Amino acid sequence: MPETDATTFDYAMPSLGADMDDGRVLEWHVAPGDTVHRGDLVALVETEKSDIDIEIWHDGIVDEFLVDVGDLVAVGTPIVRLRTLDGEPPPSGTPAPVAEPGAGPDEVEDVVSTVTRAASADAWRPPAATSGGRVPASPLARRRAAELGLDLGELHGSGPGGAVVDADVIAASTRAAVTAPSPATTSPRRSADTMRTMIAERMATANREIPHYHLTRDLDLGSLDAWLTERNAERPIAERILPAACFVRAVAVAAARHPELNGFWSDGRFEPADAVNVAMAISLRRGGLVTPKIERADERSVDEVMSALRELVAAARSGSLRASWMTGATITVTHLGDTGADLVHGVISPPQVALVGFGRTRSMPWVLGDDIVVRPVVTSSLAADHRATDGAIGSRFLATIADLLDQPEQL
Amino acid sequence: MNSDLTTMILSAIADVAPELEPELADLDHDVDFWTELQLDSMDHLAVMTRLSEQTGVDIAERDYPRLTTVASIRDFLAAGGA
Repeated sequence: MPETDATTFDYAMPSLGADMDDGRVLEWHVAPGDTVHRGDLVALVETEKSDIDIEIWHDGIVDEFLVDVGDLVAVGTPIVRLRTLDGEPPPSGTPAPVAEPGAGPDEVEDVVSTVTRAASADAWRPPAATSGGRVPASPLARRRAAELGLDLGELHGSGPGGAVVDADVIAASTRAAVTAPSPATTSPRRSADTMRTMIAERMATANREIPHYHLTRDLDLGSLDAWLTERNAERPIAERILPAACFVRAVAVAAARHPELNGFWSDGRFEPADAVNVAMAISLRRGGLVTPKIERADERSVDEVMSALRELVAAARSGSLRASWMTGATITVTHLGDTGADLVHGVISPPQVALVGFGRTRSMPWVLGDDIVVRPVVTSSLAADHRATDGAIGSRFLATIADLLDQPEQL
Repeated sequence: MNSDLTTMILSAIADVAPELEPELADLDHDVDFWTELQLDSMDHLAVMTRLSEQTGVDIAERDYPRLTTVASIRDFLAAGGA
C-alpha cells in the first residue's frame, strides 16, 4: 500500500461481496481536484456479477488515481488518493456506516436480500488489517470467516482495538448475500444461479442459528382504504400513496416504540440500533430479491416513505441500486402484494432480529360490533429472534401496527 | 393515433419492467396484462404515472378497475380520460 502522509488517505477497491476477489474500474465519476463528500459516487466498478457505483465515505479532495480505467485490481488495492479538507487528519477507521457493529445489513430471504456492498464497503482498512500481521479477531469470527470464505483482512473490526468480531463477519456475509442487485437484463454477467447460491447460504445460516418465533394478526384495513381513497382522489397520480408505504411507515413507528425488535444480535447479545432503517424486500422477476433500505423511516412522513419506496423499486427493477441502500437495515418488511399468498412466515435476515410480513389484502367476513361485515383484511406476521425477545413483546409490536393502520391519520 | 398510444403504453410497461420487454411483442391487447405479466401495485402505479405524464390525461384511482388491458387503456387515453 502506498505511503500516505498526514493529509492524504487512500480509497481502496471495496469488497462488494464475499465472493468478490477483484474489480475493474470502468469509469471515474470524479476527476483530480474535485472535492468529494461522504456518499458521493466515485467510480463505476465491474464485478463478476454486475456493475456497481461505489461511494466515498469521507470528505476529501481527489488527488490522483492510482489505477487506470480498465485495470482489474484486487479488493483492498488503493485506487484513489485523496487529500483531506482543511488539513483535517485522515480517516483512520472504516467510517462507512454499513460497517459499524450494529449497522447490519438487509437481506432476507424468503425474503432474501441482497447486497451490494461489502464488508468494508468503503475502503479504509483499520490499521490492523494493513499492517501485514495477523488480523485481530475473535475465535468465533475467525472460524465463521473461514467457513464463509471471507478474508478477515477485508472486514471492518468493531471489537476492542479494531478486532473483527462475529457480528462483523455476519454483517459482511449478509451484505454479500446477493451482491449484484441489478437485474440480469442489464447485467448479463450475473447469473441467477449465483443469486440462488447466495440466498441459499444466507437462509441456511438464518435457519440454523436463529431460533425464530412467529406471530400473526389479521388486520381490518377498512379505515386505511377509506383514508387512502379520499387522500388519493385529490392528488395527482405522481403523489398517490399505496398501502405498502403505510405498512412500512407503521412498522417503522412500531419499531421505534418497541426498540427490542429494532437492532442486531451480535456476539451473544442484542444491540439496539440507534435509528430505524427499514429494508423492503423487492422481488426481481428473473428470480431472487433485493432488500434496499428506507433510512430513518420512523422520522419520515408517509409521503416521504412512499416516494422513497418508488425510488427503490424503480432502481431495483432497472438495476441501478446504490451500494449505500443495501446495508444498514435494522428491520425488514416483506409485502407479498395483492397477487401473493395470504400469509408469510418469514426468515430473519441476520444479524437483524425481526422481519415483518404482509400478505395479500382480500375481502373477508369480519365481526364489527355485533355485525358480520365484509372488510378488506390483511394478515400481518412477525418473525422474531427468540434470543432477543419473547412473544409478549412481539404481540405488542403487532398490536401497535394494527392500531396505526386502523387509525391511519396517526401515520 | 391509436397505434401511437399503443406504442406508448407498451413502452411504459417496458420502462417499468425492462425484463418483460421480450414478451410485449406477443402480448394480447385484450387480456388483463397486469395479471398476465405479474405486475404489482408499484408497477401499476409507475406505468399509470408515466402514461398520465406523457398524455396529460388524469387517471383517477376509480378508473383503475376498467384499465386492465392495452386496448382499454388506449381507448381511455384516446378519449382524454372519458
